[in-house]
Amino acid sequence: MIGGLFIYNHKGEVLISRVYRDDIGKTWNPSYTSPPSPSHWNHMRNAVDAFRVNVIHARQQVRSPVTNIARTSFFHVKRSNIWLAAVTKQNVNAAMVFEFLYKMCDVMTAYFGKISEENIKNNFVLIYELLDEILDFGYPQNSETGALKTFITQQGIKGQTKEEQSQITSQVTGQIGWRREGIKYRRNELFLDVLESVNLLMSPQGQVLSAHVSGRVVMKSYLSGMPECKFGMNDKIVIDKQGKGGASDDAGKSGKQSIAIDDCTFHQCVRLSKFDSERSISFIPPDGEYELMRYRTTKDIILPFRVIPLVREVGRTKLEVKVVIKSNFKPSLLAQKIEVRIPTPLNTSGVQVICMKGKAKYKASENAIVWKIKRMAGMKESQISAEIELLPTNDKKKWARPPISMNFEVPFAPSGLKVRYLKVFESKLNYSDHDVIKWVRYIGRSGIYETRC
Amino acid sequence: MMNDSLFSLVCAGEIFELKAELNSDKKEKKKEAVKKVIASMTVGKDVSALFPDVVNCMQTDNLELKKLVYLYLMNYAKSQPDMAIMAVNTFVKDCEDPNPLIRALAVRTMGCIRVDKITEYLCEPLRKCLKDEDPYVRKTAAVCVAKLHDINAQLVEDQGFLDTLKDLISDSNPMVVANAVAALSEIAESHPNSNLLDLNPQTINKLLTALNECTEWGQIFILDCLANYTPRDDRESQSICERVTPRLSHANSAVVLSAVKVLMKFMEMLPKDLDYYGTLLKKLAPPLVTLLSAEPELQYVALRNINLIVQRRPEILKHEMKVFFVKYNDPIYVKLEKLDIMIRLASQANIAQVLAELKEYATEVDVDFVRKAVRAIGRCAIKVEQSAERCVSTLLDLIQTKVNYVVQEAIVVIKDIFRKYPNKYESVIATLCENLDSLDEPEARAAMIWIVGEYAERIDNADELLESFLEGFHDESTQVQLQLLTAIVKLFLKKPTETQELVQQVLSLATQDSDNPDLRDRGYIYWRLLSTDPVAAKEVVLAEKPLISEETDLIEPTLLEELICHIGTLASVYHKPPSAFVEGSRGVQHKRLPGSAGSGESVESPDTGSAAGVSEAPPAVIPSQGDLLGDLLNLDLTPPTTTGPPPPSSGMQMGAMDLLGGGLDSLMGAGFGAPPAAMPASFTAPVSGGLDDLFDLGGGVGMPMGAYSPPKTVWLPAMKAKGLEISGTFARRAGVIQMEMTLTNKAMSVMTDFAIQFNRNSFGLAPAGPLQVLTPLSPNQSIEVTLPLNTVGPVMKMEPLNNLQVTDVHIYLYHKSHYYLHSRQVFLATWKDIPNDNESQFQIKDCHLNSDAASNKLQGSNIFTIAKRTVEGQDMLYQSMKLTNGIWVLAELRVQAGNPNYTISLKCRAPEVSQCVFQSYEAVLKN
Repeated sequence: MIGGLFIYNHKGEVLISRVYRDDIGKTWNPSYTSPPSPSHWNHMRNAVDAFRVNVIHARQQVRSPVTNIARTSFFHVKRSNIWLAAVTKQNVNAAMVFEFLYKMCDVMTAYFGKISEENIKNNFVLIYELLDEILDFGYPQNSETGALKTFITQQGIKGQTKEEQSQITSQVTGQIGWRREGIKYRRNELFLDVLESVNLLMSPQGQVLSAHVSGRVVMKSYLSGMPECKFGMNDKIVIDKQGKGGASDDAGKSGKQSIAIDDCTFHQCVRLSKFDSERSISFIPPDGEYELMRYRTTKDIILPFRVIPLVREVGRTKLEVKVVIKSNFKPSLLAQKIEVRIPTPLNTSGVQVICMKGKAKYKASENAIVWKIKRMAGMKESQISAEIELLPTNDKKKWARPPISMNFEVPFAPSGLKVRYLKVFESKLNYSDHDVIKWVRYIGRSGIYETRC
Repeated sequence: MMNDSLFSLVCAGEIFELKAELNSDKKEKKKEAVKKVIASMTVGKDVSALFPDVVNCMQTDNLELKKLVYLYLMNYAKSQPDMAIMAVNTFVKDCEDPNPLIRALAVRTMGCIRVDKITEYLCEPLRKCLKDEDPYVRKTAAVCVAKLHDINAQLVEDQGFLDTLKDLISDSNPMVVANAVAALSEIAESHPNSNLLDLNPQTINKLLTALNECTEWGQIFILDCLANYTPRDDRESQSICERVTPRLSHANSAVVLSAVKVLMKFMEMLPKDLDYYGTLLKKLAPPLVTLLSAEPELQYVALRNINLIVQRRPEILKHEMKVFFVKYNDPIYVKLEKLDIMIRLASQANIAQVLAELKEYATEVDVDFVRKAVRAIGRCAIKVEQSAERCVSTLLDLIQTKVNYVVQEAIVVIKDIFRKYPNKYESVIATLCENLDSLDEPEARAAMIWIVGEYAERIDNADELLESFLEGFHDESTQVQLQLLTAIVKLFLKKPTETQELVQQVLSLATQDSDNPDLRDRGYIYWRLLSTDPVAAKEVVLAEKPLISEETDLIEPTLLEELICHIGTLASVYHKPPSAFVEGSRGVQHKRLPGSAGSGESVESPDTGSAAGVSEAPPAVIPSQGDLLGDLLNLDLTPPTTTGPPPPSSGMQMGAMDLLGGGLDSLMGAGFGAPPAAMPASFTAPVSGGLDDLFDLGGGVGMPMGAYSPPKTVWLPAMKAKGLEISGTFARRAGVIQMEMTLTNKAMSVMTDFAIQFNRNSFGLAPAGPLQVLTPLSPNQSIEVTLPLNTVGPVMKMEPLNNLQVTDVHIYLYHKSHYYLHSRQVFLATWKDIPNDNESQFQIKDCHLNSDAASNKLQGSNIFTIAKRTVEGQDMLYQSMKLTNGIWVLAELRVQAGNPNYTISLKCRAPEVSQCVFQSYEAVLKN
């Protein structure tokens, strides 16, 4: 299991260190000048230093997120310029360690916002307290922020009654560790966001090399009591099943609009065995905002934009670039925040751009022409042309021609996913499914949306 | 503001100041002071001087302050054990606190204070907490048992905590179950033979129930534990799989990977024709693909694991090639891993797409990535014959870019393509020759020289090209020098008239002006071959080379099996067994897939299993003999890992240990899993005479009746195996190697259910059938068992096989084709070729045979005399033999008439075997 956890700033100074096991101290780093002292504390410092010297201060770019130095394994993730490193000498579950480090970041963000050196220094006592709770002897424990916030507060626990205490402990260890009892709202309300990012890699000839949508259903629930929820969407498997039952006459109609989901994963509140057997998504939601599910589709994706590049080399010192973008969705809808990024060679000396719509600028520091359009309706077309002057070089290496990338936001789900229902049942309290106010919103964003040129 | 000062405090005066603050009456001031202390501790300053003052703050009802003091205690208690005792009372008191949070905090912290004196006081509170009414306290106490075990294992056993922990597996609270499982698994790891995690269908059922209810982390603990269970039959296996598959939809990637591990393992037991088997295979693909949309670090872990899964069961992901296409923004470690998997998945169906991608990658920026992409193109050509032509033209395009490292990498792979498809693409040689000047890396130079030598007859100016390399002969690396030598000899044999001078020059450079023994030896061999028998020289040097295999960089099958059992863990990330990077007894246990352990009821051998449903035959890896010898040498001299612990002994002793000791008796050691008898993991037993019967010359050579087989020796004394004594020997009967054993029950109770398992060994020995012990063995009864063996088992070889290396192996090949060395010249050449360091001399005393009788006798044991010479009354017998694993041993036996003492000199590429060979000689001759 995890032997210790360290947080460093960008200089490699330790901000937080928590050692769970003695064995990790035995890491001996040859560049460390004084011999290892027998004391526990010094042991730990060797592991700390080994990571700093070999990873943070390493001359070369990090080649792996897992490093083995003198038989000690270091797992690291980086958030802005903060390094989180977990250390072990055993054959631990590597996936678990990384999941834990991400979780740790989530928990810290939930408690004090952005993970920065200043925030960590200001909250170091809290972080130690959290670490003590969520990682015991290197075993990750309940790390749901909802549950943690009930008993790890920055104010200290004051005046808990016995009932409150036992409620805390049963929640932390219980089957529904993500929600506490006795939540009350005057207005029962829930928000569902279907957030999709559409990824594309297209060849210069317009052939789709790979395309997939990775989507998330994020839910904000403000519901009283312990509501039992059931979520339905136009999943092909479910709808085909209903179609076979032959009950409703809209089965054929909706069957057309159903989508094939390649795979999906759920928040731990969802009963997975029920999904496996009946493909129904039922759960008791956490309070507040959380991610209900993630999914991935690869079939029948609506690609909101098509990019048509044309690059011509005119002699050795000039490039002519023409890029056309076409929007491919209902004319009544508006895409926003459109940005096309056209890479330019390193030896660019000057650029002239003409575009029909929006604004385009050559950004020398980013080696790219950035073309921004605020809004664009569906079934439209726009064009940019640029002349790029090049400095003559004797560099033999050819310019790698990175792909043209695109960013945008559209008000529909490119996968075609539709929420069919979200039913809420709470038998103990007197509100029913139609008393709940429900909001659904679809946002499609560009993921890695690239066209090679 | 405040906190900056917290972090910047240094000077000694401040310690004094802190002391005052710690002893202040005001709670707030105290708390701030402790915070400051912790802050300095974190940045590595020594604040241990404040120990008593901090401990004084412990008695408080302020939970936050208490936690801070505990944190301090955990860090400094070890350096101040006497003072730490001061804290014990508070701990014990806190363990009785009405607030469950405080009880848990106390027991959690106490376990972290690694001081023996404190540990003693911990036992009573811990016992209470393990049975606490509050699940939060119980789950904390469960982990505390693991902590205590880490400090004092004996104490935990004596106090009976392990049994209490086992009881917690049936706890009503899922989180308590999960933590108990985690603690037990870890404790069990350091006691490989204890039956701690006694997994039976009932406990498995409990775990599967808890699996649905506990936290994501708990699910990981439970799944990892489940993976260690071996189901009784395929039905149980299927029902567990059915209950585990829902986990594949969990948001936590570690849960998914652990579930994949369980499924991959239990799938081995399912019959391949079962519908469910196919369903399961289909269910595995989507979650694996989903892992690739996780954060990059997890993607990396997932990709390393997918690499293993693809090797074991290529059918799972064969349609998912596209998801492994590299994205421009992927971190480099993800890119390199994706590339690896792309090559593994490349097939005729998708090769066009793959090639188009690889061509893109070859123009990227990162040098390592580009190189790997170029190499991948070559590997595609070798793997998919239909694509070879396109690959070659792609490579030629890349060579035209003139980017130095691209050109070099391309030439290296083209050489391999030539070997795979001889006489097909030689038209490109001209283009290659144009780039001769830009090659500055040894590997590329060597490859180019090999090409020139191999196709000397088609290159008009081959002599000029090679001559140009010869100018700087001494500055070249050994690899290039050896290639150059061979290439020029090849050239000479092909165009003898024009190149006489050149060959003279290179031979003298190699033999006279070089310090490198390998180079010199090879030079001499060529020289002598050329001067004595040019026809033979041609046969040897221009011999037909075996085709190289299609699959490359495969992980050796037994290692792969073991790694599959470790999916999700560090071992699967490093692609090394845990013993390679974990110290101590943990992880030394080798895990194996069920059904492959040679038990009689395994449904189908896993190798044929992986081939089922795939068009390609199982990857045929033909290690050339040279490689094998080389690898055996590497392997047996160094532990399989780069950073392994030093071997226990050195010199001859070690060689014997590794080849026989490590191979044969540890095969006995872990092998006999007779249930009441738990074996010690390793022990050494005298197995000295086993070798001579392992000589493999069975085919065609009749076996004389009275072949010698050494008497049985006790391999496993009863003392070490709880009453089971095993003695045995190896013999060859009717051409089949057999292991003959006598099992004796010296215990008081009846023994049943014998099974045998062979560890990987250098001879590739494996049981040819299951161990047949039908009747239970009652006390004091003995039973004779004969186990037929074959040598097709995995030879222990740890590095991934890499057969794309073109080594000049014709000398070894010659051996192979003639089976044993019958020509004096070749014998001599080989004798010379083996470095003198590998020669060892022994005396065989009191042997009253003349040379002819000895020769006959040895022939009976498959040791053949090639030549006999009489010098000054001494008979010199030159003999050769080949071990089953392909090691050749040459021997010179000197027999002086009237002198009962023989002198024997042994020469072998693997000098470690000499000692054993000598012992066999002695045994055979004296028998």
